[in-house]
Amino acid sequence: MALIRLIEERIALEYPGGEMRCPIHLSIGQEAAAVGLINHLNSKDKIYSNHRSHAHYIAKGGDVKKMILELYGKEEGCLGGRGGSMHLQDLNVNFMASIPIVSSAIALATGSSFSQKKRKSTNITVVYFGDAALEEGIFFECANFASLHNLPIIFACENNLYSVYTPLKQRQINHKFKKYADVFNIKNIVVDGNDILKVSNASKKIINYVRNNNKPFFLQMNTYRWREHCGPNYDNNLGYRSIKEFNAWKKKCPIENIKKTILNVDKKQINSIEKINQSINKRLDLIFDYSKKAKLPSFHDAKKHVYA
Amino acid sequence: MQRSMYMPKKIRYLSFVEAIKEGIFQSIKKDKRVYLMGEGVDDPSSMWGTIKGASKIFGKDVAIEMPVAENGLIGIAIGSAISGERPIVNLQRVEFSLLALEQIINNAAKTSYISRGLHQVPLVIRMVVGRGWGQGPEHAQSLEGLFSQIPGLKVVIPSFPDDAKGLIAASIKDNNPVIFIEHRWLHFSEGKVDKNLYIEPLTSFKKIHNGKDVTIISSSINTLDALRVSKFFVKYNISIDLLDFRVPRPLNKKIFLKSIKKTKKLITFELGHTLYGINAELISLAVENGINFKSPPIRLGLPDHPTPSSRGLITNYYPDDISIIYALKKVLKLNNKLFNKIIKEYKLQNKKLPIDVPDPYFKGPF
Repeated sequence: MALIRLIEERIALEYPGGEMRCPIHLSIGQEAAAVGLINHLNSKDKIYSNHRSHAHYIAKGGDVKKMILELYGKEEGCLGGRGGSMHLQDLNVNFMASIPIVSSAIALATGSSFSQKKRKSTNITVVYFGDAALEEGIFFECANFASLHNLPIIFACENNLYSVYTPLKQRQINHKFKKYADVFNIKNIVVDGNDILKVSNASKKIINYVRNNNKPFFLQMNTYRWREHCGPNYDNNLGYRSIKEFNAWKKKCPIENIKKTILNVDKKQINSIEKINQSINKRLDLIFDYSKKAKLPSFHDAKKHVYA
Repeated sequence: MQRSMYMPKKIRYLSFVEAIKEGIFQSIKKDKRVYLMGEGVDDPSSMWGTIKGASKIFGKDVAIEMPVAENGLIGIAIGSAISGERPIVNLQRVEFSLLALEQIINNAAKTSYISRGLHQVPLVIRMVVGRGWGQGPEHAQSLEGLFSQIPGLKVVIPSFPDDAKGLIAASIKDNNPVIFIEHRWLHFSEGKVDKNLYIEPLTSFKKIHNGKDVTIISSSINTLDALRVSKFFVKYNISIDLLDFRVPRPLNKKIFLKSIKKTKKLITFELGHTLYGINAELISLAVENGINFKSPPIRLGLPDHPTPSSRGLITNYYPDDISIIYALKKVLKLNNKLFNKIIKEYKLQNKKLPIDVPDPYFKGPF
């Protein structure tokens, strides 16, 4: 989680420099929802994500240097500059694709789990989406099919209450997302998405259930993004979210809270924690420095790979 | 494998439906990753017989019933293709694909590109063009222009049974998403079809009739009309260079340019609307390549309004063999006396049925 937070904060810091020229959707505040579940997956389990995928990519073990290079649009980026932040992929760790059309990846992930079942594989697929994805019909089409065909898929919903500036209550008449799963007989649970231990404990059980029973599961994680929908800044001045609400969620910072828990048990851990943070920051210094100087891809490459 | 001269020829007549079925089933037998998805995939109709019996022969895993949820299911097919399966989605009408345009245009078409070839989408989506019997505006579109506009897709429009078998086999073998457009009236046509599994290369044009006086480009059922006319004009010493435009994307223009350089006269005949249709691209290419047309090209296609249902309203809606003959008059600058003679004799030979049912000519054999 610290790795994710430090990377995201560094991106936010460097972004105004104008060299990362693509839209970014930061995961700051939502780290536990990524790490708590993904840490318990196998390397062969597959993940599909959306436009806000940095945390998922990093948690799955995606190459951080290639991710930053991709944000800089450089040739050595994970997609050679073809996709930028919104389309991240790292097939070496089975981070299959990030699809920036809300809910679109849900179908691809369901197809992935269909293939896993067909081949009698023991691997599973996880798809991450937000609360707004539940407004798209395709979620329901896929949930129905996954349940009908007993597919090993985890529908992982990061409910952060907002779709850009629009709150949940203006968009959906039903706020009990579990009903969307119950209607298709899909087992489901809601957890505090900012409590790494709660997410982790639930995830272990969920992953076992899905893997051993070849059945889908719907996991709702309540969380909150700290910064604006798209971009590096805070936007609490805009007023679509109250300062009171923001502060309440900031107090529930997933990293600060686990840090407190650790330090309550052993105050001396602060040294290790600081060492880890320093080491990450040093690594990021090198990565960002390298990325700024790295080569842009040649336009001659742009026409390749239209067809396999 | 290409059509081999060394294999004993096992040729017999099959219907277009049987040819497609054979192409699909032989491909499934060869590659266990190929599977079928459709609404009513296993029902008494089974896409008018084209996939009938799949689950009996290959097992239930091969014929997946598709809930009426085209966007989700085509996305699922794409996701499974990315994971290594080779799905064939079967849609009874082209229009059903409209519900899945985001999945097709984004995920199917662009996945290879974004991943620099690390991902592939070996998907075939079969869709049928309706016509006649009052099907009307939302059951009669072909939309080949829409799909042909998208880099990353392939678009295949078979005209004859032997090509249909080879082209569906090629589409299944291809590692890219293929939109496979079948005209419903062609399902009844018959032709010689090789018994073995063979690949018909996905080349844009195939010469159906050789000539030097004028180039005709046509697709699907229109090629049958164009062939009928081409054969008829031989006795008037007018030779038509007829090219079947069966793969608009990817576009390989060599054969087309060779023909048009020779004849310098062009008639095109497409399934869709003329305005912004696929043949506008060909005329642009000819102009860009400096072809000095001896007379202005003529495009035959649908007028600029949706397809109505009543047989009263579709009079003069669909261009046909007579339309081609009128176009030939203009392009070849035939004098009235000769033209009247041609038309009279042609109409005597080819009696017309009500406009909303298939002409028996389309049965063949071809």
